[in-house]
Amino acid sequence: MTDVRTRWRDFRHGVSQRWDRLPKASRIGIILVFVVFLYALPNKGFYEYLGLPVGEYIPLYTTRNDMATVLFQCGYYILLALGLNIVVGYAGLLDLGFFGFFAVGAYTVATLTSPQSKIFTEYNWLESPWPWLAALPLAIALSFAAGVILGFPVLRLRGDYLAIVTLGFAEMIRIVAQQNDWIFNGDRGIPNIGRPPGTNSDGSAIFQFDAKPYYWLILTVIIGMVFLIRNLVRSRVGRAWIAIREDEDAAELMGVPTYKFKIWAFAMGAGIGGFSGALWAGQIGFVNASTFKLEQSILVLAAVLLGGAGNIFGAILGGFLVIYVPEWLRSVGDVFGLPEQVRIAGEPYDISATNLRYLFFGIILIVVMIFRPQGLWANRRRAAELKDREKEAMVGA
Amino acid sequence: MLLEIDNITLLYGRIQALHGISVNVAQGEIVALIGANGAGKTTTMRAVSGLRAVSSGRVRFDGVDITRMRADLRVIQGICQSPEGRGVFPGMSVKDNLEMGAYTRRDTANIAKDMEHVLELFPRLRERFKQAGGTLSGGEQQMLAVGRALMSRPKLLLLDEPSMGLAPMLIQQIFEIITEINERDGTTILLVEQNAQQALSRAHRAYVLETGKIVKEGSGRDLLDDPAVKDAYLGVA
Repeated sequence: MTDVRTRWRDFRHGVSQRWDRLPKASRIGIILVFVVFLYALPNKGFYEYLGLPVGEYIPLYTTRNDMATVLFQCGYYILLALGLNIVVGYAGLLDLGFFGFFAVGAYTVATLTSPQSKIFTEYNWLESPWPWLAALPLAIALSFAAGVILGFPVLRLRGDYLAIVTLGFAEMIRIVAQQNDWIFNGDRGIPNIGRPPGTNSDGSAIFQFDAKPYYWLILTVIIGMVFLIRNLVRSRVGRAWIAIREDEDAAELMGVPTYKFKIWAFAMGAGIGGFSGALWAGQIGFVNASTFKLEQSILVLAAVLLGGAGNIFGAILGGFLVIYVPEWLRSVGDVFGLPEQVRIAGEPYDISATNLRYLFFGIILIVVMIFRPQGLWANRRRAAELKDREKEAMVGA
Repeated sequence: MLLEIDNITLLYGRIQALHGISVNVAQGEIVALIGANGAGKTTTMRAVSGLRAVSSGRVRFDGVDITRMRADLRVIQGICQSPEGRGVFPGMSVKDNLEMGAYTRRDTANIAKDMEHVLELFPRLRERFKQAGGTLSGGEQQMLAVGRALMSRPKLLLLDEPSMGLAPMLIQQIFEIITEINERDGTTILLVEQNAQQALSRAHRAYVLETGKIVKEGSGRDLLDDPAVKDAYLGVA
C-alpha cells in the first residue's frame, strides 16, 4: 500500500515537474487542446470521428441520460463549487447554506422572465417579462447583496456558529419559497422561465430543449470565472483571504481588515452561486421550492472538499465528480448485466444501481476522505496547514 | 509617552481579566510585563493591539486615542504584535509570511530592503526562505513571528512570550536580537514574558502583574533585586 502511494506520489511529482519545465507556448497549446476537447464532449460527431460506438446516447457512459444534460448539470455544479471554494477554500469560512444563494439567483430570473410569474399575472408591477439576459445581472447582484446582508451579522461568528447560521439561511430561503404564495408560488413553482438569447442561421432559437448550447454557454462562463478567480486570488485580496484562513488573529495583527475581507469572500461566492442559479433556471425553465433542498448545499460542500479546497482546479474536479459519478453509476448495472431486484425470502429488494447510486457515491466519498483528507487535487499550501493542525492536535492531546 | 494605557478593565464574558491596568511606554524603551499564568499579561497586550476590546479606560498611542480603533488600523498607526506561540501562517513560506508582515505598506522598494534587514537579523530564516512556516522548528517559528512583525516597520513592537517553548540557548539568542532591534533601529518594545530573569535584565522598565492588577513597577534592575520579585518569579529566595 505504502509502495503504491509513494510510486503514485513520484509519478505526480514527475508530471508536475515536466509540466513546469515545458515552454510557455506548449503549455498554452495543451490547455487549448483540452478546452477544445471539452467543447467537443457532447457532440456525437466527435465520437464517430474517433471511431467509438454511438448508440442512442453518447458513450463515456451516462447511458440513461443525455450526455449534454449531464455535462450541463456538472457545469452548474462546477460553478457553484468555484463560488463556494472562495468561501470555504480560500477564506476558510464554513458555509453550509450555499445553495440558498443559488436559489436567490434562480428565483430572480424566474420571477422576472416568466410570463406566468405573479408579478405580471396578478400585480402588474411590470409591463412585460424581461429577457433572460436582462435579468441575469440583477440575479447576480441580488445574490451578491444577499451575501453581504447575511455576512454582515454572521461573519462576526466563527467556526461552528457560522456553519449553523448559514445552514439556517438556506432553509429559510427554501421555506419562504415554499410557504409564500405571494410571489414564489410554493411547490407549484414558476414555469416558462426565459431562455438565453440568440438564434441560429435558420432563425430558430439556439437555446431550446437541446442541452448542448447550455453546456457550451456554462463552459464558457466557467473558463471566464477561472481567469477571474485566479487573478483575484493572486492579488492582495486573495493573500488576505489565505491569511485569514490560516490564522485569523495573526492576519488581523498584520493589518488585514479581516471582517471586511470575509464579507467580500462571502459576497463574491454568493454572486457566483447566484450566477449559477440564473443559468440553471434558464436551462430548466421551471423552478419550485422543492429544488432547493439541504442536500444540495451539502453536495456542493462535498464537491469542494472532495476536489481539494483552496484549489480552483480541485473545485472543478469535485463539482464534476459529484454529478458525474452518480450519473455514471446509474449505468453500472447495465454494463455488468445486474438485475434490478432480488428476492430474499419472497420479499423484493431494489438493488438497481440507479437507486443505490448515492450509496456507492457515499462510500467513494468516505474512502477518499480517509486516504486523501486534503482532497483529490489539493492545494499544496493547504495540505501543509492540515498537517500543522494535526500536529497541534497531537500536542494538545 | 508613545503608549499610554490608562486604567483599562477588560471582561471575558462575566470574568473580569483586567482590573484597571495603567502602563506607560516612552519612545525608545523596552518595557516588560511579567507575572504568572493568568495574570493578564497577554490580555493587556491584546487590548493594545486591538484583538480584544476594553470595557473601560483609555489607550493612547502617539497622541491618538486608539481605545476603539480596529486592530488593522492600529497596524497602520504603527503598532505591530508578534503573537504568542505558533502564530505564523503555517501554509505560507517564510518569504510569504514576511511579506504578510508588510501587508499595510505600499513602498515596494523599502519592503525588499527591510526583508533583507530581517534576514540579516535572523540568518536561519534565510536558510528556510522557501519552506512552509508550519514546518519550521519552534525557535524558527518564533524568529519568523518577530521578523514578520518587524516587516510592518512598527513604531511600537509588541512581543508576546518570545521565549515560549525555546531551549535556553535560543532564549538567550532571541533576547539579544530584541536588544539589537531596540538599540540599532530605535524600535520601542513592549514585551510580555514568563522568563522574568531575561526580561528584567533586558528591559529598561517593567511592570509586575498579578490577577489582573499591577502590583509593582520599576526599572528592570531594581525589580531584579527586589526580594518579593525574586521570591515569586525568579526562583531564588
